[in-house]
Amino acid sequence: MQEIGTFKVKTGLAQMLKGGVIMDVTTPEQAQIAEAAGACAVMALERVPADIRAAGGIARMADPSIVLKIMEAVTIPVMAKCRIGHFVEAQILQALGIDYIDESEVLTPADEKYHVNKHLFKVPFVCGARNLGEALRRIGEGAAMIRTKGEPGTGNVVEAVRHIRQVNDEIRWIANLPEEELMNAAKEMGAPYELVLQVAKNKALPVVNFAAGGIATPADAALMMQLGCDGIFVGSGIFKSGDPERRAQAIVAATTHFQDSAILAEISRDLGEAMSGIDIMTIEPQDRMQDRGW
Amino acid sequence: MAGKRVGVLALQGAFIEHETALLRCGAIPIQVRTSQELEEIEALIIPGGESTTIGKLMHRFGLLDPIRSRAAEGMPIWGTCAGMILLAKEIVETEQVSLSLMNMAVRRNAFGRQIESFETVLQIEGLPPSRAVFIRAPYVERVWGEARILSYYRDKAVMVRENNLLATAFHPELTEDLNIHRYFLAMFN
Repeated sequence: MQEIGTFKVKTGLAQMLKGGVIMDVTTPEQAQIAEAAGACAVMALERVPADIRAAGGIARMADPSIVLKIMEAVTIPVMAKCRIGHFVEAQILQALGIDYIDESEVLTPADEKYHVNKHLFKVPFVCGARNLGEALRRIGEGAAMIRTKGEPGTGNVVEAVRHIRQVNDEIRWIANLPEEELMNAAKEMGAPYELVLQVAKNKALPVVNFAAGGIATPADAALMMQLGCDGIFVGSGIFKSGDPERRAQAIVAATTHFQDSAILAEISRDLGEAMSGIDIMTIEPQDRMQDRGW
Repeated sequence: MAGKRVGVLALQGAFIEHETALLRCGAIPIQVRTSQELEEIEALIIPGGESTTIGKLMHRFGLLDPIRSRAAEGMPIWGTCAGMILLAKEIVETEQVSLSLMNMAVRRNAFGRQIESFETVLQIEGLPPSRAVFIRAPYVERVWGEARILSYYRDKAVMVRENNLLATAFHPELTEDLNIHRYFLAMFN
């Protein structure tokens, strides 16, 4: 007897990634630098979010050749992004043998109403969420891992902080409600009732929740870990910085030793230039990636 | 039997799941990230995670030699999945940092990538059948010396014991089954 593609197997890989750093890479060489620095997985992309933001136009799933070359270059898990609602891009990524699919707001959405039905896939999915309702809708659709949306490609952690605080606030709120009020809470959040009951009982999301969107320094990573995230995605923050290798190693160490300020002080030294970053106030509302997905 | 102080290597991976299982068995879990924390424990679990990541962090933060010397003194160590890889003296076809403690050759990602990850029920020597979760799991190609195979999945060795050292390719910490945690706790007094 052998059961593949079960929800336990999907959430299980996310559990194995906890306490680790998943790094965006665009070439096999970058993937090897990430692996050598201690990344627990890589995200194979054609362009990092900062470049997607700068380039404009329609951002799509990466060319399968890029994805396959990166899969060949490393032994750690490889993730890739599909557009929101683009279930054929997801089918293609599954056919390539990718380890995790990120249905991501970093790419241009393919559907303005519906996300991918992730239950139909053997490969697990991670999705972004700004609040508890959004997280539970994605889990309801089959996501086996959640991450904050943050604001990708900015090097500005403020939105990721907003999103993890929002999710935590709402978990505390739900956990303190009497049972008869939970149906109304589910209605208000637009979240599946069964999952709301589960959160109320366990006082936690039913899947792993990583930080993503704007993490640029070891201190940012440790901040998100201290706020209760299970691990870290770094997009543009590594390969848009002055010394990617050193910065990648430092962010990995900071994610492990997130509570040890002496170690954090030591590993934060002499990392070279961080990515320059963008103030969130200067991004026009229509250019905010976090508002993609529903 | 209660109150054994069991370290769980907490550098990266699913260490909280092991802590939960240990608590349910009546043991006291202790997160280990530094060599000082290693001195406070009677046994150690190396959890699932990414073996390359955990190996690099053990090296960077000076844990390899202290763990090796505790193992030589007889401290029980159990590695699950990534932990099994880190315990093996030989890792087939890859070069990576490891503890190199057990007489076995382990192949990484041996059952395939994530879409091949699976659940099954295993027959284990001396234990009732156990629900087992394999995630991008390794298997053991061969053992030598005093290493003994305790379980096979199809014809692949997936659980090995060598005196005070135990290795499983699968994840008992992801199931409700506490038998293997109890087995490990019974390996010392």
